[in-house]
Amino acid sequence: MSVPSTSLQTSPSGIARLRARLAAPPEAAKRVQFRRPLLPWLLLAPQLAVVATFFYWPSAQAVISSFYIEDPFGFGATFVGLDNYADAVGSSEYIRIAGFTVMFTVIVTVLSLAIGMLLAVKADKVIRGRPAYRTALIAVYAIAPPVAGLIGMMLFDQHIGSIVRFAALFGWNMQVGLSYWDTAFAMIVVAVWLQIPYNFIFVLSGLQAIPSAVREAALIDCRNGLRRFRTVILPLLAPTAFFLMIINITYALFDTFALIDVMVKDKPANNPITLVYKVYLDGFRGNDIGGSSAQSVILMAVVLVLTLFQFRYIERRVHYG
Amino acid sequence: MRNILLVAGALTLGGTALNAAPTQITWWHGMGGANEQVINQVAQKFNESQSACAITPVSKGTYEEALASGIAAFRSKEQPNILQVFDAGAATIINAKGATIPAEDILSQNGHKLDRDAFINGVRYFYADADGKFIGMPFNSSAPIMYVNEEAMQKAGVEPPKTWQDFEKIAPKLKEAGYIGMTASQLTWMFFENFFSRNNIQMASNNNGYDSFQGTTLNATNPELVAFFQKLKDWHDKGYFGYYGAGWNDNQKPFEEGKVALWIGSSGSFGGLSQTATMPFSADFLPYDADAKDGNKSSFIGGASLFAMSGHPAEQNKCTADFFNFLTSTDIQKFYHEQTGYVAITTAAYEAAKADGWYEKHPQAEVGIKQLMLPQGEWSKGYRLGFYPQIRVVEEREFNKIFSGETTVEDAFKAIETEGNDLLARFAKTSG
Repeated sequence: MSVPSTSLQTSPSGIARLRARLAAPPEAAKRVQFRRPLLPWLLLAPQLAVVATFFYWPSAQAVISSFYIEDPFGFGATFVGLDNYADAVGSSEYIRIAGFTVMFTVIVTVLSLAIGMLLAVKADKVIRGRPAYRTALIAVYAIAPPVAGLIGMMLFDQHIGSIVRFAALFGWNMQVGLSYWDTAFAMIVVAVWLQIPYNFIFVLSGLQAIPSAVREAALIDCRNGLRRFRTVILPLLAPTAFFLMIINITYALFDTFALIDVMVKDKPANNPITLVYKVYLDGFRGNDIGGSSAQSVILMAVVLVLTLFQFRYIERRVHYG
Repeated sequence: MRNILLVAGALTLGGTALNAAPTQITWWHGMGGANEQVINQVAQKFNESQSACAITPVSKGTYEEALASGIAAFRSKEQPNILQVFDAGAATIINAKGATIPAEDILSQNGHKLDRDAFINGVRYFYADADGKFIGMPFNSSAPIMYVNEEAMQKAGVEPPKTWQDFEKIAPKLKEAGYIGMTASQLTWMFFENFFSRNNIQMASNNNGYDSFQGTTLNATNPELVAFFQKLKDWHDKGYFGYYGAGWNDNQKPFEEGKVALWIGSSGSFGGLSQTATMPFSADFLPYDADAKDGNKSSFIGGASLFAMSGHPAEQNKCTADFFNFLTSTDIQKFYHEQTGYVAITTAAYEAAKADGWYEKHPQAEVGIKQLMLPQGEWSKGYRLGFYPQIRVVEEREFNKIFSGETTVEDAFKAIETEGNDLLARFAKTSG
């Protein structure tokens, strides 16, 4: 592990000591050669079979279905070219859902990552009763999304919800299930709450992986805790944070499905939903296989582009050490 | 020769041994909780009544999940013998000719006779084709009815309304007495579909969709319907009508708690309501529009029916037919009706329950049947609209927007008609 040199430039002696210890040349990787060319393929086969069966084959099916309007039972199919795509992208409802999905993903990712990180940094400093704090913070992660949705629904229930009663004290007539933005608020709160512990665990272990020598050296160089965090700890956490960002985006885009399903009670009406929920709604409730396939292909393309972008432009700035 | 006889004898014996093991058939449905228990009891009664067939019911979750599972199973040739399909999904399965054997055909092919006239009015046409032939076997049927908070009526000194005009008159008095006049669950079924049936107004072109899927259009901007929703919105603003979103229970709960005078729910809600209501309640017909030219007709049924899936051997189809026949028997109908709160679907079962004194003990249980037995208008037989579950999603969205003030009633119904027609046109292409 090496340390970004910029962060420690204030102390030449510290940097010299660290360089000596950490910058030992890495061992050259051994080149392993298989004698028979078939063997590696054989070893890879189980994994490749799984990926092909559960990803490539269904994806190809989805792409094919997206060009047809099909009878759900599979009797008739009309080739419609790109109509399914045009219908999806041309619908104002679809655009509205896409807009909400982007907003929801950004807010949930930023909030759950920021709060999780804050809690981890603070919990890292606690000395007395450390396990108790950690367990309390991590425990939420054991709650399954549908259960979290149920708990959220109880807290936000129009008739008995305690959060609704609390909001009423401030004159906010919260109507989750009827008002678009009230439901959006409730969904974001529950989604963030559920994801904080995950970020907490990873950031905490990331913090513990930072050598104490680095921290101590930084402590000698700079007394300002916030500045130390920004210039030393955060760059060292970057690989963890980058990983968490991807995981959180995936979470907000896909894993919140069960939570949304519980919170809109299977009847979204005018409540906000994400694109994945729309795919489910049209495909499984509406039995519109072609339209639903086109939407899932669009979603697949968006995620592909997003992931490429992340690795191309954001990961460049991450230092793995 | 002797050997041949022996072999023949052995074959006959083998054949009898095979016959002794009952033919297995499966039944996928979308019921849970208490209703699932009753389904299991019905299956058990059938299995005990004869030895040739054994039916196994399997719950697939909700109605929507049962239909989706059935479709997926059919595509991979693993379909059950019997699939339960709900009202709004009926067009999907009936359109897929070849996926099912019409109930009337499977019965007659196996030596049973289906007497269409034995079924009560509201049930007779809903799952039938344009000629009245039963495609689905009516099973659990319900009607949207009005539940009445007796205490509220007494306090306000009013009578339960027969028409929406009556409601408008009593609503201020109910409000004065401290009650929300009315709430309703599932507006799509209560106030949209059944506004057409109760007031005998055409819901869609092509004979409500029965004649053809090609070119069928929705009649959502019907002036009477729009006017009715304008009233509803007005009542909502004045505090006469409470609306808490598309969730069923959110609208039922305030009635159970005694805060609401009238609740529009399902005749099937009666059982649950008896346990949860905090006040005495009665039930009455879903009000109709007194200004409609030909109102107070029977309502569309809700609930679901059973479909015989194709692609099974003849002896299994025989068992399916036997089971369908068993279901229509008066005893089973009466049992199912009394256990679940779903309406009796044959006149004979209704008469039997009446003779039994069931309705003296549970007068609310009779309201749904009586409403379904009202004279049937030209447009209250049913509707056959493709992708209707998705059209309901559009309706739900627009209704929410109306009551949260995001749109006007006219714009909402224009949107329902436009998007609904797009979906109907898409569906017409599926059979292409």
